[in-house]
Amino acid sequence: MGQYFVKRLLIALPTLVAISVIIFIILALAPGDPLGEFASNPAITAEVRENIRKSLGLDQPAYIRYFKWFLAFLKGDMGYSFNSRSPVFELLIQRLPATLLVVGFAYILGLLIAFPLGIISAIKQYSATDQIITTFAFLGFSIPPFFTGLLFIIIFSVQLNWFPFIYNSTLQVTDWNSLIEQIKQSIMPIAVLALYHAAVLMRFIRSSVLEELQQEYVRTALAKGLTQYAVIKNHVLRNAMIPVVTLIALDIPALFTGALVTEQVFRIPGIGALLIESIYRSDTPVVMAITFIYGILIVFFNLIADLVYGVLDPRVKY
Amino acid sequence: MNLLKTTTIETPKSNLWQDGWKRFKRDRLAIFGTIFMLIIASAVIFGPLIYPISVNKVDFSLSSAPPSWQHLFGTNDLGQDQLARILLGGRISLAVGIASMLVAIFLGTFIGAIAGFYGGIVDGILMRITDLFLALPQLPLLLLIVYLFRESVKAIAGAELGIFILIVLLIGGLNWMSVARLVRANFLKLREMEFVSAARAIGAKPSRLIWIHLFPNVLSVIIVAATLSVGNAIITESTLSFLGLGFPPDVPTWGRMLFEAKDYLTSAPHIAIFPGIAIFLTVLSINYIGDGLRDALDLKN
Repeated sequence: MGQYFVKRLLIALPTLVAISVIIFIILALAPGDPLGEFASNPAITAEVRENIRKSLGLDQPAYIRYFKWFLAFLKGDMGYSFNSRSPVFELLIQRLPATLLVVGFAYILGLLIAFPLGIISAIKQYSATDQIITTFAFLGFSIPPFFTGLLFIIIFSVQLNWFPFIYNSTLQVTDWNSLIEQIKQSIMPIAVLALYHAAVLMRFIRSSVLEELQQEYVRTALAKGLTQYAVIKNHVLRNAMIPVVTLIALDIPALFTGALVTEQVFRIPGIGALLIESIYRSDTPVVMAITFIYGILIVFFNLIADLVYGVLDPRVKY
Repeated sequence: MNLLKTTTIETPKSNLWQDGWKRFKRDRLAIFGTIFMLIIASAVIFGPLIYPISVNKVDFSLSSAPPSWQHLFGTNDLGQDQLARILLGGRISLAVGIASMLVAIFLGTFIGAIAGFYGGIVDGILMRITDLFLALPQLPLLLLIVYLFRESVKAIAGAELGIFILIVLLIGGLNWMSVARLVRANFLKLREMEFVSAARAIGAKPSRLIWIHLFPNVLSVIIVAATLSVGNAIITESTLSFLGLGFPPDVPTWGRMLFEAKDYLTSAPHIAIFPGIAIFLTVLSINYIGDGLRDALDLKN
């Protein structure tokens, strides 16, 4: 096990370095100076512009800038935002809670929907229940999340007036009323993300359970006289969950990028919204840090998935 | 000659494709998807030619008008006819979907075939590259690259075509990995089979082995992956446009229309609903076709 872990880690670390290099190369190759705004501003003389470039370290060759950036990143120093002049790390910390709230709850809600429905639809394959559930899942992942979001706003905010239209980021949860406000404004973004996540997961759980149901050991267990419930609970689910658990880990980064869209629809000030704002403002340090953080999330959860798989399935060769 | 003739046994004519078509015909949802897709495709191809109202005709007296007989899908905030815009936008969505699919399938098949056929160190390197691409944060990278390089491609190939090429290459270039893995896995299995050894024994070159002997055997896998990737590419393109980083504002893509509609949800929800439904129905039909093909061609996983 220890050796397996080390091996996986030895793959993960170079991958991270490669991702950071790719992001850096893209930014280095891009036409247009990150200081384009200053360049077009007649009030700034060439000399001052050169000094700004120097102070930001932009006069050095790209590979030196890369090493500096990478070493600083390891120490938690992500540089300063061109736009707001505050440390990127601080900006991220400000924005992170909103994203984590939506992603976290959507993740849990998605699992709560997907597990029972996926299992039921596999056990009752071809029944009316199964048909309804699989159709629902199919619709769920054919509809782009941003359209679900707009539809939710039209139905639940505009028509029914149940939930607020726009997310109020200044809301502080101090008492019972503000907690209810917070819940009300979070329901729609969480639901949009959770439904999409659940639809994908449900299909996967269904096919995984179906595959196990056809195995010989199920027939043996039933022939021994075990009840169907016992067979499913103790035998089928344990085996069916092995691939599902790894998918659950692999899905977390996808939820974060999904949140990017949801945050835009509901105007939640999370890191996804920060990324888009920063792209529009050519705020290179922020863009780089956030893109790289998405990369770290993917690599990290790949690693977790591999490890969980190794623990759950003794057949995996280390 | 005579001898040969007598030894051939009359077999009922059937092959993978005919059997597949027979099974596909029985799948009601797949047929429903196919018919719907044909309707959508012909509507967006011929619709803009027949439909009398211009896409760009601005009429502020008709701003955000709800659906009526003159404007079946209503008008947007500038008073432009929504149906005309959806028909034209559909061309772009479908074109992006199909072109990105071709890029992804070409790259995936090529890389998967080389890796699976040669194995060893070539396979090792190509699969590491595939893993690396799978670990890239797709949507953020797409947004970033489109934003950074939009102006330079515009200068090279024009506003609309430049962005089209950029988006197609990017979506295709970030989605070939699953195809490569599928093709590689099948090639690894197939290359040990006797018909390949036989072909090798009579002196077939690697390129002939790959394209004449092995490739036709993975075609069904590729077709299913190709179908599903069209839907995926359409969603990705709409997402880019929805975030305001797709085609230029005067090009009415479905995602762009939703991007504009989000400011009028209270006063004119129909501006959002029609393009949204267009994306949804197209992707749903494609997914049903893909699912039907998978069952019909009997592909596990």
